[in-house]
Amino acid sequence: MSHNKPAIAVHKFSSCDGCQLALLNLGESLLTLSSMVDILHFAEAGPVDENAKVDIAIIEGSISTTDDIERINRIRENSTLVMTIGACATAGGLQALRNMANTQQWIADIYANPAVIKSLEKSTAIKKHIKVDLELWGCPVSSRQIVSAIRALLFGVLPEEQNDKVCMECKRRQIVCVMVAKNEPCMGPVTRTGCGALCPSVGRDCYGCYGPAENPNTQAMANRLEGLGLVKDEVARRFLFINSGAEAFHRQGVRSREAE
Amino acid sequence: MNMEQYYFQTDQLQWLLDNLLDEGYRCVGPQVRDGAIMYDELSRVEQLPRGMTETQAPGSYSLKKHASQKYFDWANGPQAIKPLLFAPQEKLWQSAQAADGQISFNTAGPELKPVAIIGARACDIAAMKLQDQHFLQQQYSDPFYKSRRENLLIIAVNCGHPAATCFCHSTGDGPFVEDDEAAADMVLTELEHGFLIAAYTDRGEKILEGLALDGCNQQHLDESASIKARSSIQDKQLPQFDIRSSLLKELDNKAWDSIAETCLSCGNCTSVCPTCFCHSENDVPELDGKSSSHFREWDSCFSQGHSYIHGITIRSNTSQRYRQWLTHKFSTWHDQYGRSGCVGCGRCVTWCPVGIDVIESLAKFGGDAS
Repeated sequence: MSHNKPAIAVHKFSSCDGCQLALLNLGESLLTLSSMVDILHFAEAGPVDENAKVDIAIIEGSISTTDDIERINRIRENSTLVMTIGACATAGGLQALRNMANTQQWIADIYANPAVIKSLEKSTAIKKHIKVDLELWGCPVSSRQIVSAIRALLFGVLPEEQNDKVCMECKRRQIVCVMVAKNEPCMGPVTRTGCGALCPSVGRDCYGCYGPAENPNTQAMANRLEGLGLVKDEVARRFLFINSGAEAFHRQGVRSREAE
Repeated sequence: MNMEQYYFQTDQLQWLLDNLLDEGYRCVGPQVRDGAIMYDELSRVEQLPRGMTETQAPGSYSLKKHASQKYFDWANGPQAIKPLLFAPQEKLWQSAQAADGQISFNTAGPELKPVAIIGARACDIAAMKLQDQHFLQQQYSDPFYKSRRENLLIIAVNCGHPAATCFCHSTGDGPFVEDDEAAADMVLTELEHGFLIAAYTDRGEKILEGLALDGCNQQHLDESASIKARSSIQDKQLPQFDIRSSLLKELDNKAWDSIAETCLSCGNCTSVCPTCFCHSENDVPELDGKSSSHFREWDSCFSQGHSYIHGITIRSNTSQRYRQWLTHKFSTWHDQYGRSGCVGCGRCVTWCPVGIDVIESLAKFGGDAS
């Protein structure tokens, strides 16, 4: 790179911008970061240079149009490291729910002039198209995660992967288990940590927005959810939601749905 | 119990709290929070879960009102002493790089204010003794645990209400505190209209001296004995075979796999276990890269990181992780600490999201004896 400071770009694909907000909401840390790196492209924050050559490209959003495919390949060529942030970029996002529907059919049902919609059949994760060096899960990712990932990359190492179940963090925070004490259909035991057990901390069930943890026993989880009174279709929807494109959740969701 | 017992009326319990606060203790005691009995900051008896009780079953816990107006007529919630001594997450040290490149390291000292915990049960005292062994009585003692332990005054309460998940009587750790080593400073027994109280240590004695107490009479002692007899009758008990040696002979038993089909490998059991002491350590550098904090936090043998060694996860599947937990807790713990690591509190049974019952798991490995 010709820059004195490491160069960073933040690119957006199909997404709600919430993960970029996790960066923008850093507050003072964002000022620190901007003094340490050159942010060459970050449309939501100001700088626009889509084709800039960078050390780290941060990608939000999933691939859902042919233009997206062309653009993500260009970004890969222009970037030393590619890091995806959030459920969309890492697993296809909420919009990957359409992967299980007939795309042409629903486009025809909704739009007056379906011919102008140039959508791919499926919404897919960035890694389905290019090599990805690092993935951060979450919907949205947490600011803390982004800071520690960027910090590690600037040190020249990969950040430690956080793949424990949400329960570990929940218990460290001494939160009363919402599943055991309130019969809430909590996805914590199969979901990746990183959020700080946010939902259980306010008394509600985890809905799996950080995607599958390592070694998730989704079938036992599904059985337990049925035991709590959910019918199989409701169980399927617990898995086929924010991270329906994540393999472990997808497989279980389809299994629970087909078992009905 | 040989210590002299005194008696005071139920409505005088606030005296005890006031006395502790006057002596400079921060009081921590049981309170209803988010549908369970949890330990939080305490200054008034009104905060205690009076007239409350709970029902526990594998994977299930529910609070309800009780006919009795006792303060402590309930069995343990998910916590008691462990989080106070072995912090779920804490900073151990910080490092910083000065402008001239010099790197300095500073230990993060734990808080030193004396804490008094009220309500811990016999099982919790037994568990704390095991944690003392682990953190204090080995070649190197842990300064963080040590400092908090020295500053902790324990007012235990004899258990008058074991849950359906409890089996302390069969592990020999309850329901009453039989405290030869004086790990608890004071022990309370709640009777129908008052409390028996005894001091086991000088610190406990000092608090007792500040209270205007009556001696107890035979009727009080009889009532206490009948509570103990009643609490000792527990539905659940350890299987009768030699668990320690049997488990190690059954390492290839298919039953580990069948348990793993149900187990979520989520770490709830080890987190609520009052004797589990595993932790991980990690560094959290500041964004500017000039300073960094080193943290310790609760880990679990059910996590991937627990058995990760240089590129290899030794126990990659749930069957191996559950086996590690059970064989350590009930077999190899004996080699390390001279007894089993289970005190019969039943927390792992209640707080397992899928209700895996450790007693039922053990029974699978008893061969013909089971």
